[in-house]
Amino acid sequence: MKKRKKFDFGEFWNMYRRKPGSLAVLILVLLSAAATVGVLFSLIIYILVNGISHLKPELFAWEFNTDNMSMMPAIVSTVYMIVLSLLMAVPVGIFSAIYLVEYARRGSRLVKVIRTTTETLQGIPSIVYGLFGYILFVITLGWSYSLIAGAVTLAIMILPLIIRTTEEALMSVPDSYREGSFGLGAGKLYTVFKLILPCAVPGILAGVILAIGRIVGESAALIFTAGTVAQVPSSLFDSARTLSVHMYALLSEGLYTDEAYATAVVLLVLVIIINALSGMIAKKLATR
Amino acid sequence: MRKYSENIMKAVFLTAACVSIIAVILICVFLFASGVPAIKEIGAADFLFGTAWKPGQDLYGIFPMIIGSVYVTAGAVIVGVPIGLLCAVFMARYCPKGLYRILKPAVDLLAGIPSIVYGFFGLMVIVPMVQDTLGGSGKCLLTSAVLLGIMILPTIISVSESNIRAVPEYYYEGSLALGATRERSIFRAVLPAAKMGILAGIILGIGRAIGETMAVVMVCGNQAIMPQGITMGVRTLTANIVLEMGYASGLHREALIATAVVLFVFILIINLSFTALKRRAD
Repeated sequence: MKKRKKFDFGEFWNMYRRKPGSLAVLILVLLSAAATVGVLFSLIIYILVNGISHLKPELFAWEFNTDNMSMMPAIVSTVYMIVLSLLMAVPVGIFSAIYLVEYARRGSRLVKVIRTTTETLQGIPSIVYGLFGYILFVITLGWSYSLIAGAVTLAIMILPLIIRTTEEALMSVPDSYREGSFGLGAGKLYTVFKLILPCAVPGILAGVILAIGRIVGESAALIFTAGTVAQVPSSLFDSARTLSVHMYALLSEGLYTDEAYATAVVLLVLVIIINALSGMIAKKLATR
Repeated sequence: MRKYSENIMKAVFLTAACVSIIAVILICVFLFASGVPAIKEIGAADFLFGTAWKPGQDLYGIFPMIIGSVYVTAGAVIVGVPIGLLCAVFMARYCPKGLYRILKPAVDLLAGIPSIVYGFFGLMVIVPMVQDTLGGSGKCLLTSAVLLGIMILPTIISVSESNIRAVPEYYYEGSLALGATRERSIFRAVLPAAKMGILAGIILGIGRAIGETMAVVMVCGNQAIMPQGITMGVRTLTANIVLEMGYASGLHREALIATAVVLFVFILIINLSFTALKRRAD
């Protein structure tokens, strides 16, 4: 292994002595990188330092009431919301990626239209999704504020993410696999399900985990679709608040700053775990 | 038999692929169908250019919110783009491998933090800071711009970084060989070559900033008046919707949906220019 060159101040000084402009630019570049990391760490440290002391056992009581302001029902609702949205978005997303990569002629008009629509979906702000869900599911279909209305809205929201990551995963499977399988007489369907999908699983999984992160962090799209009831929902048509919505509700009432700190800690820890997981899978993929 | 199932599954895949098309159509139809009648009733000019938003008196002018959104987004770009771009330069050209292993996940995490947590951080940290240094309530245009500038950093950084990395190495080496410093080579030879891609990233960031809701609503002050200065409160289109949708009814509610329509049109324009730029960049 090559030994790393030690930093030589004299050489550095000679290089920049007559180029104050370049030196200034270098300093700005370093400062910007430091600022980016600094902001992230100060946010994390601030939330953790101020929040951990507010994590009290009654915040995790099974039943919510205005005395304990428990976040447990919100955690349960978040899990429901994740499961429901993924149940809808993952099959549809994977199937449409399969169509785009394995079946469609590259560059056909339909593919172009689908590309454009997924890009559009990706750019729509969550509040617009929220209002759309409110108009279609809550009002027009009469589902009222409910778990299912929120889940369908979120499923549409994460669909482009699932499609894109699955597409990338499928495209990274070498064509020789497909040719080999066809050459042995296997049908297209068999090849896709038995050979190509298993190879693409880690990539798809990384996308699904990112999607979970988006669901956990989402609040604007849920307030007007899933509502803000703080109890554990007993059916698909009950209103429920996820953890992020719970935090918004705490803040907008203005009386529960301590509880909001505690909720922020839980959210932050969740997001860090989710990011670490997806990073680990991505790294595994890269080294394969 | 096999042929049969092959065809059925092909149809299933095709249907799944069309779901996103259907979703976009549904979103357009339902938003426009619920919002456009309100715009007609209020009058397009009064709605878009009216400066008074007083639902109690049936005055629905969203011009202050449009300007509010534009100012806040412009502020976010002023704060976020230079820092993001320079940070991307660092990550693509300067960063030692060991440090990159920390920096890259850090930027990804910055993208993953929920906006409500950003809003809370802004409310608890940035608002008091602005309050102490500039006076006023602290919930103002400047605070929102700083917070949104932070929030669009990961978008700007990751798009710019990948575009800077995509520039062939000989641009840089050629410039070095001509006697330019490292910095001059990067900023005069490499960055111009990545210009289109970086611009696409900035547009993506603008889209994020203009659509951001939960963080902005916490720190922008929410006064539905024309912005008076950078230390005064503003209200964005997104904040307008989220603040009043909970209790609005009748024309008021439709006016809020119409606000979302205006926002949606903005986003469509931004998306179109992003796609066009990306095509040119590729």
